[in-house]
Amino acid sequence: MQEKSLSEINNRIREGSVRVVTAEQMPYIVAELGLAGAVREVDVVTTGTFGAMCSSGVFLNLGHSDPPIKIAKAWLNKVEAYGGVAAVDLFLGATQPSEDKGIEYGGSHVIEDLVAGKQIDVEAEGVGTDCYPQLELETTIGLEDLNQATMVNPRNAYQRYNAATNSSERTLHTYMGTLLPRYGNIHYSGAGVLSPLSNDPNFDYIGIGTRIFLGGAKGYVIGSGTQHDPQKGFSTLMVTGDLKEMNDRYLRAATFHRYGPSLYLGIGIPIPILNERIARNTAVRDRDIQVSLVDYGVLRRGRPIIKAVSYQDLKSGFIEVGGKEISTSSLSSYYMALVIADVLKMSIERGEFYLTQPVEPLSHLGSAKSMKQTKEFPNVGDVMSRDVIVVRDDIQVHEAARIIVNGSFDHLPVVSEDGRLMGIITAWDISKAVASDEVSRISAIMTRRVYSTRPDEPIVLAARTLDTHGISAMPVVDNDNRVIGMITSDHISGLLARRRWT
Amino acid sequence: MKLMLHVDPGIVRQPLIASVILETSALVNIERASIDAVSGEIVIEVAPEKCILVKDAFERRGVKVVQLEIPVIMDDEECIHCGACVSICPTGAFRFENWKVIADSGKCIQCGACVTGCPQRALKLVLK
Repeated sequence: MQEKSLSEINNRIREGSVRVVTAEQMPYIVAELGLAGAVREVDVVTTGTFGAMCSSGVFLNLGHSDPPIKIAKAWLNKVEAYGGVAAVDLFLGATQPSEDKGIEYGGSHVIEDLVAGKQIDVEAEGVGTDCYPQLELETTIGLEDLNQATMVNPRNAYQRYNAATNSSERTLHTYMGTLLPRYGNIHYSGAGVLSPLSNDPNFDYIGIGTRIFLGGAKGYVIGSGTQHDPQKGFSTLMVTGDLKEMNDRYLRAATFHRYGPSLYLGIGIPIPILNERIARNTAVRDRDIQVSLVDYGVLRRGRPIIKAVSYQDLKSGFIEVGGKEISTSSLSSYYMALVIADVLKMSIERGEFYLTQPVEPLSHLGSAKSMKQTKEFPNVGDVMSRDVIVVRDDIQVHEAARIIVNGSFDHLPVVSEDGRLMGIITAWDISKAVASDEVSRISAIMTRRVYSTRPDEPIVLAARTLDTHGISAMPVVDNDNRVIGMITSDHISGLLARRRWT
Repeated sequence: MKLMLHVDPGIVRQPLIASVILETSALVNIERASIDAVSGEIVIEVAPEKCILVKDAFERRGVKVVQLEIPVIMDDEECIHCGACVSICPTGAFRFENWKVIADSGKCIQCGACVTGCPQRALKLVLK
């Protein structure tokens, strides 16, 4: 088995004889030369990814003011930064929205503005102590005025990411972008063949201390990222780098409509081809990397999986779901991922970037388990009314009016012969029918597209459905779409009224 | 050629498009229309040779007409070529070419889906 050492490769970088290819080229090289040939001919494979990395942020040290201040709360261009770290250290998170412009300007925009050389307005409130008497602070600073501006990102560079679609009847605005109703489109994220962790899934090279390309600067892997889950193929990285060295070409603020700010960040990792095992892993192709296509139309943690798809399928532009071709597009930029893999390749070839020996490999065990929730929130079934009256669609309007007057709801679910929900009629529908003198059977005036909920749905989701569609009540149905209850906005306001706010 | 029609409330209930079609014999394709109590905004497609004729006919009826030459503008400085616009555009106005996003403005009907869908805020509708 062909093998070489990291110091051999770094010597070649020093001498200018190192042979570097991108992870996009590597599958072809291995196919042509075989694994032993690839180890002989290739020293380094460069990877790259450029996508929305929400779990990012910077530590900023402002220096001491006169009189000194121990900052309790701070805002940078009206974006709150966490001040609970010593006196003048702040942590600014990428997804924090601003207090004046909301989600259109957030932590990521402050970070980009700093890198772009813009001045930032700082406001702070102090605690007021004998050693830090100052209570208030206002100043304007640029990146050069900060002692340190260190990016520390808890979770970046996902090995791969599940693709998203939407079975529901309305457009969803998510961190996976705009998802059109009735499987209108598919969005995905990740660089596939160029993804750093997909090219080293067993961490043969990537570990704590690995030098990487981060936002145009040299950065380092600190360890595995939060939600690191290598057993399931969803590894992540925690990374750090000096913001002062970064370039706003590779670090871009973004806003996802009705979701919030995020940071697009470029990460590239060089992988030394030390042996055939590493060569085999870097020969991974788009078609080898599978993800699940997930339905975001179900607003629960356990979103249903529709099918398995590969990055080759996703990048083709269309995926077939239920006999229909659905348009796919990415949220991460493959173009920029290619640029990053190329830029990293060139800086290694020019002798500007050496590879490091990690001090520890990344952990092969991770954890991405669900949240332990100790406070129980009610489900629809806990608060709904069960004494719901349903009607068939062949009754007359005046009969429906009589039932509504004698019953407790303004809404009357209409069911088929076998009890399945087929429509709904409201007091307003009846008033309209009477006013227009076209009194007839309710089948002519009922609403056939009914929003409904299930007894095991959390109350917060039912409330969201009522709010989104501007309705005041919904039938509750079982798995067979049979009406078993009714939930109204009165039930929900009752819950809030009983809640203790102190 | 795409024309955007701005119809005032006073004339919004008149059969404007039908009468223009009868007068000009132009084949008019309505690509987008939003009409409410206050005003109407309609995007139509007509053959280039009939464009001036149709524009003139609408203007005589009191409709404000704007020719949509570049309906959507992509800011090259801001665009990172992610592709968030590609699959949400109802007319397929965006596509990848060597993984760069290319806009075919001729297909745009100014629905605005891409404007809110673009995470970099790199897209703008010319008239909005």
